[in-house]
Amino acid sequence: MGNLLTITTFIPTIAALILAIFLRGEDEAAQRNAKWVAMAATIMTFVVSLFILFGFDPADTGFQFVEEREWLLGLEYKMGVDGISVLFVMLTTFLMPITIAACWNVTTRVKEYMIAFLLLETLMLGVFMALDLVLFYLFFEAGLIPMFLIIGIWGGKDRIYAAFKFFLYTFLGSVLMLVAMVTMFYQSGTTDIETLLTFSFESETIKVMGIHVIGGLQTLLWLAFFASFAVKMPMWPVHTWLPDAHVQAPTAGSVVLAAILLKMGGYGFLRFSLPMFPAGTEVLGDLVLWLSAIAIVYTSLVALVQEDMKKLIAYSSVAHMGYVTMGIFAVNQQGIDGAIFQMLSHGFISGALFLCVGVIYDRMHTREIDAYGGLVNRMPAYALIFMLFTMANVGLPGTSGFIGEFLTLMGVFKANTWVAAVATTGVILSAAYALWLYRRVVMGDLIKESLKSITDMTPRERWIFAPLVVMTLLLGVYPSLVTDIIGPSVEALVGQVTTAQAAFEPVTLMAQH
Amino acid sequence: MISADLNTILPEIILAVYAMAALLLAVYTTKDKMAGLLTWVTAALFLALALWIGFAGQGTTAAFGGMIVDDAFARFAKVVILASAAAILVMSENYMARRNLLRFEYPLLIALAMVGMMVMVSAGDLMALYMGLELQSLALYVVASLRRDNVKSTEAGLKYFVLGALSSGLLLYGASLTYGYAGTTLFSGIIEATSDGVSLGLLFGLVFLLAGFAFKVSAAPFHMWTPDVYEGAPTPVTAFFATAPKMAAMALFARVVHDAFGGTVEDWQQIVAFLSVASMFIGGIAAIGQTDIKRLMAYSSIAHMGFALMGLAAGTAFGVQAMLIYMAIYIAMNVGTFAFIISMEKDGRPVTDLASLNMYSKVEPGKALAMLVLLFSLAGVPPMLGFFGKFYVLRAAVEAGLVWLAIAGVVASVIGAFYYLRIVYYMYFGKDQDEALDRNGSPVLWTFLMGSAVVMLVGVVNLFGVEPIAEAAALALAN
Repeated sequence: MGNLLTITTFIPTIAALILAIFLRGEDEAAQRNAKWVAMAATIMTFVVSLFILFGFDPADTGFQFVEEREWLLGLEYKMGVDGISVLFVMLTTFLMPITIAACWNVTTRVKEYMIAFLLLETLMLGVFMALDLVLFYLFFEAGLIPMFLIIGIWGGKDRIYAAFKFFLYTFLGSVLMLVAMVTMFYQSGTTDIETLLTFSFESETIKVMGIHVIGGLQTLLWLAFFASFAVKMPMWPVHTWLPDAHVQAPTAGSVVLAAILLKMGGYGFLRFSLPMFPAGTEVLGDLVLWLSAIAIVYTSLVALVQEDMKKLIAYSSVAHMGYVTMGIFAVNQQGIDGAIFQMLSHGFISGALFLCVGVIYDRMHTREIDAYGGLVNRMPAYALIFMLFTMANVGLPGTSGFIGEFLTLMGVFKANTWVAAVATTGVILSAAYALWLYRRVVMGDLIKESLKSITDMTPRERWIFAPLVVMTLLLGVYPSLVTDIIGPSVEALVGQVTTAQAAFEPVTLMAQH
Repeated sequence: MISADLNTILPEIILAVYAMAALLLAVYTTKDKMAGLLTWVTAALFLALALWIGFAGQGTTAAFGGMIVDDAFARFAKVVILASAAAILVMSENYMARRNLLRFEYPLLIALAMVGMMVMVSAGDLMALYMGLELQSLALYVVASLRRDNVKSTEAGLKYFVLGALSSGLLLYGASLTYGYAGTTLFSGIIEATSDGVSLGLLFGLVFLLAGFAFKVSAAPFHMWTPDVYEGAPTPVTAFFATAPKMAAMALFARVVHDAFGGTVEDWQQIVAFLSVASMFIGGIAAIGQTDIKRLMAYSSIAHMGFALMGLAAGTAFGVQAMLIYMAIYIAMNVGTFAFIISMEKDGRPVTDLASLNMYSKVEPGKALAMLVLLFSLAGVPPMLGFFGKFYVLRAAVEAGLVWLAIAGVVASVIGAFYYLRIVYYMYFGKDQDEALDRNGSPVLWTFLMGSAVVMLVGVVNLFGVEPIAEAAALALAN
């Protein structure tokens, strides 16, 4: 199986093509067939991806399963995974069948819906596997198209505004990255990520439009990549597209957006910003730490006053991504371990929370928190599951949320104690908004007439949550499952960055004198 | 000697003789009855010539003392021009016939315009350049006002003519200044005359020449005629304007700045960079408010010319290569897009209102999907081919040290993305409407639309091998 990664990536595309070409009609049978084809394809992708996981050797910090082919203009079609990316691949393949199952109730344009998700899966997997700058950009950017359509066609009332905002915001971020990539190509003569990881770009101070740029070209490139990944993440203050997109997206769209698409930003930081521009990271790392701390506190406060459940969870996502960026730019083992862990765990938890909202939205067709209350009386199973994920979101020990937050905070504490101090308040705030949400929706007496006849979760819904519950608890009590795989690669990364930064420091000192 | 010279321009001669003979024949026999046949024959001839030039031509030959040059660059441009014109002719036959516009002059005027374009891209001398340009323009003025009982079409023709004459005047003035200060009209002579810097008079000449070219490629700030002409002309004619003449003018532009002024890149680089930035932004911003798809495509083409000029602004061989690839991709996209626009009709009448596309994806999902691919390609979103066009020109700009231009370009492309998305919005997210567009079953248009969309997706694999050909073409020019 020399091209396992390509096979994994393109199974969903093939399924999408089959749907597009062979499936005709809009009747119920056709819709059911579309759903089952999509389900089969995503499950097959997951099964095939298990071969990657089991064949993966954590001790080897290089890229594995590498495939290389010539492409135009000296670009390459190159795929590979290392300790940092392999688990994101798994996260994607693991969550996609759940996502497909979550859209079982959709009845409008089912075929197109399935095709959009299948193509999206290919593109997301491609992002995590690509080892060529332009190939990465291609997957990264192309993912906007299906998501734009998912929000725009199947979204809520203000879906058009949200879809346009989502697309243009993220597009603007990434085109700057494209210019940076072209510059990198020009400077180094290659777009091979493996080679670029060891290439050191100029870090001599240069003058741009009268401003001395410490770290020179590296800082500029870092900024261009930052523009893209910070929007994607999203970081405060460029997060405003996310609440809109989440609120308007259909449930399954929200799940993919929160659980996987946001992770591309964090992955990008780890793959490009840190190892390729260590000087840039050195110069601007503290800025990111403070932005993250602000994000954690600010968005948690904003989440506190939301009246729309999805918006609340969206803001909580921004806060949790704050931990991730903080951990990444602490540039030490705990910080980055924690950041990756947090991303994976947030993938399960936020996905599950959006599904939880979806469950009651399907019944009541509203996301207003005020429209609910006392659900525990009619929906005990739902109350239990929602509670588990609320607690995981808060970061209760025993759930995966705790490990991620703890590790990142520990990493940041070593790098910048003040930031850690500010960020820790976020833990309390997250408990405040999450528990209050739970209190308002689930607890209390069931007073509202409209809720009197609400039914508990169907077996299908319960099965959707089962794998997420298992993963959240499993990672919570046995985090080595993740850290064993990512550990060596992260160690190598941290070593590389700190060595490069140590070599860079005297240069800045000289520039300042 | 003379026979070798004639041999070099044999394709042009064949085409010119064909056009005139067919004109005589049609006038004296059946007139418009054979217009349909003539359209197909002309298209077939274009295609045959394209194949012939593409496969048989090699090396560089200069004819008539250097006035006409046949090199890889000219051949690349000619093949693209001929192939796209053939496609547009085939696409237009049905449309024109159903609206009583299919006169026998139409294919023949196009054929004469093609002769002009072929001379343009082969020109090695300011006189040959001007002859080619005028032959092309005169034919196009007439074609633009083909629907002569329609006010807008007449207006389009007149506007095009007046402004075109103005630009020709500018160009001619520039040519005469250049001749006066360089002492020759041959490009090879001009480049020698500028070997030790450009004199002030030559610089003036250069600026006027560039202004004339900018008009022909519809680069801002010489773009004003474009939206009106695009809107007024019959849709197939608009499709033609958006493709072949653009390629010819752009190739001519490249020819002059490299072959005649290639030694003094810094003198024209800034002008071209300015034209590029202005076009990208004006094309992007002005298109936002448009409600007519033809006007929108006019602004879209202005913005695209801005990107192509970005490659040219680099002033390197790679820049020319990037420009050629960009133009080839641009034309492939526009053929498909216009195949769609030509097929837009309600109760048999052509409509160009964007709102008429409301929920088109429910009426004809296949065509809507193909259009979606083309629109994202026009916006430059990967993995469509349009992105690679942008990637090439960006790389050319960055390598030439024009990073600011590259950044301006990508920002403009984000603005441009908005209006392409607006069409997607109408087709996919819009409101249901009672009066949907007709289900136009024209197999020709369908084929071109689908073919173009498939090309946009499949081309990602290797650009159909265009890259090395474009490279050879660029090297032939910028030596």
